[in-house]
Amino acid sequence: MAEKSGADILVETLLDLGVDTVFGYPGGAVLPIYDALYEHPKIKHILVRHEQAATHAAEGYARSTGKPGVVLVTSGPGATNAVTGITDALMDSIPMVVITGQVATNLIGTDAFQEADTVGITRHCTKHNYLVKKPSDLAQVVQEAFHIATQGRPGPVVIDIPKNVQVAAAEFSSNAARANTRYQPQTEGDFKAINAAAEMIMNAQAPVLYTGGGIINSGPKASETLRELAELMGCPVTSTLMGLGSFPATSDKWLGMLGMHGTFEANMAMNKADLVVCLGARFDDRITGRIDAFSPNSKKIHVDIDRSSINKTIRVDLPIIGDVGRVMEQLLAVMKGRRFTTPGYDEWWSRIKGWRATNCLEYPEDKEEIMPQEAIRRLWQATHEREPIITTEVGQHQMWAAQHFDFESPNKWLTSGGLGTMGYGLPAAIGAQLGNPDALVIDIAGEASIQMNIQELGTATQYRLPVKIFILNNEYMGMVRQWQELTYESRYSNSYSDSLPDFVKLAESYDWTGIRIEDPADLDAGIQKMIETDGPVLVDCRVAKLANCFPMIPSGAAHTEMLLTEADVRGTMDDQAKALV
Amino acid sequence: MHIDEETVERHVLAVLVDNEAGILARIAGMFTARGYNIDSLTVADISEDHAVSRITIATNGPPHVIEQIIAQLERLVPVHSVRDLTESGPHVQRELALVKVAGKGEHRIEAMRLADIYRARVVDATTESFVFEITGAPEKIETFVGLMREVGLVEVGRTGVVAIGRGPETA
Ligand SMILES: Cc1ncc(C[n+]2csc(CCOP(=O)(O)OP(=O)(O)O)c2C)c(N)n1
Ligand SMILES: [Mg+2]
Repeated sequence: MAEKSGADILVETLLDLGVDTVFGYPGGAVLPIYDALYEHPKIKHILVRHEQAATHAAEGYARSTGKPGVVLVTSGPGATNAVTGITDALMDSIPMVVITGQVATNLIGTDAFQEADTVGITRHCTKHNYLVKKPSDLAQVVQEAFHIATQGRPGPVVIDIPKNVQVAAAEFSSNAARANTRYQPQTEGDFKAINAAAEMIMNAQAPVLYTGGGIINSGPKASETLRELAELMGCPVTSTLMGLGSFPATSDKWLGMLGMHGTFEANMAMNKADLVVCLGARFDDRITGRIDAFSPNSKKIHVDIDRSSINKTIRVDLPIIGDVGRVMEQLLAVMKGRRFTTPGYDEWWSRIKGWRATNCLEYPEDKEEIMPQEAIRRLWQATHEREPIITTEVGQHQMWAAQHFDFESPNKWLTSGGLGTMGYGLPAAIGAQLGNPDALVIDIAGEASIQMNIQELGTATQYRLPVKIFILNNEYMGMVRQWQELTYESRYSNSYSDSLPDFVKLAESYDWTGIRIEDPADLDAGIQKMIETDGPVLVDCRVAKLANCFPMIPSGAAHTEMLLTEADVRGTMDDQAKALV
Repeated sequence: MHIDEETVERHVLAVLVDNEAGILARIAGMFTARGYNIDSLTVADISEDHAVSRITIATNGPPHVIEQIIAQLERLVPVHSVRDLTESGPHVQRELALVKVAGKGEHRIEAMRLADIYRARVVDATTESFVFEITGAPEKIETFVGLMREVGLVEVGRTGVVAIGRGPETA
């Protein structure tokens, strides 16, 4: 066997694993790896402008392609800058491998230049992490890291590599046997539990399928299986923010998203159901509202690949551990074997029809100002046939996008759900565009969020990525302002977006096309121009400044206590509610 | 506004883990990050090839929290298995303490007498002090240390609990 440097071993192992794209930023502690990359043009290195953006770009790449995202950053500030995106990937179960440089092993612990305890800092925001102390361990650690990042509930894995380990040599042969790892999560559901689930389904009068990001993580086939299951059961389907796209919005079974900004019908169905089948979702507080009032009369089945999600916040009657796609297939087989046909659930559907009649997503019309919801709807009308990939930042615009942009298929909707990271959307769009060169990729943004990673305009320019940014510019951190209206009698403490840049000029200075839309009459033409312009385009769409996002279940309220319009807002809350996020 | 408190149970968990750098920080850190309690934690390498360590954790919390603690431990990549000894039937718990008492006269004699009753061994003696070694269930150690406080206790070192199930089954 030939000897190779740690840096070469790393790069060749990445190639063996099929890595084609790495998002990164160089620095002293990763120079050997950058030099190895120079010799390996097969790996495309995307130079971002800030390490946080590298992590979100990797997330966007991963979420839109199903492949793990790979990040390479230097020690100290490079690693600490990556922490937000690593945490984001942990919360949203995104497969990602982050390679960080570290000071040489003999300098660790001496407060050396650009030393940070990366393994310590990332211990609780990774699925797993490693400090590699010998070049001979590298190949196995890297293989294991990819295995762990992608198997079971996906998540980020950090590999911290001291500089001397990158330089020192060890024996290495390409395509060596895969690392032997004990980590083998259960994917097949327990047969008895599957039968019990079928039994519960057959006895239900008012069932609902509550789906989540797990279906997307399981792969496109799981979305197909979900459709089949919903068809066979003939029952309504709702989804979390992370699961949007796994079930087609055009289906008559679709209730829309549930939770804090979910639809009236989805939340009422959850509240009144006699059977909730949770498929790859985790009863997050944004979904449940007040725990003791959550779906009080239902039996609950919870399918999850992560056992720690079971009974974490909501106690369920039947847990099934396994890959949600596989478990749905098993369930379908059992139900078909028992010749299950849907009883139709006429009464249940007629109640749902009643809730749907609220038209909870309606918004006031305006001839003077562009309503943000209207802007999203028009954007959808103009683009949906091209099946665009939509990313978002965080705030009202994100929720409006979730409510008013309809998705038909998985891996098209990339948003920061668990961590709610402003600044996610633009780098995620860059990553998605790299993974899907022919797709139309649009970041639906807020004027505040976009400024958190605005420097990435340069990355898109450099790699000629035709991403589009559609800013719903309301001159407010709208979601903060909305909460201040709900809770603090409209005392707008620090939620006004003052001193905004001229976004059009800013775009142009990066060689982007900038478009401003101010008049409702120009909305369609502006959107059309954005789509038809080659290369990256930023749209500064000026929208109604004080519009709020409804429906809304305030934190700590029950699903039945939904605010449907501005008229339901009282302006203050008790301390119990104020204490909730 | 007040914050509610729940009633808690004490559980002893036996956790088998890869014997790798940082494993203790990973386990202990998971407890702090998620707001769980550790009453005591012991760790030692137990396998012939030094690849596996056994961590004994005494923790407390409401039943649903204990269930979560076990699930959260199990999902850590280097964790092989978790056994809730408190749940899984009869088991033996042992702890060792070294207890130093100082003084002369009556107290000294009383300390010696109590040590005898509790089967504590004298492992060091001077004219002004004793060091006792005592092994037993944590409650026994607790009572002994309490008694020693009244007769001149100046220092105490405890190992924390190790535990093992009774009968042929293993963790
Ligand atoms: C990094 C980060 N900091 C703070 C917040 C809290 N936060 C949530 S929404 C929001 C305002 C977002 O404003 P904007 O991007 O303009 O979106 P809008 O709500 O106006 O659509 C803030 C500050 C966050 N989610 N992320
Ligand atoms: Mg805004």
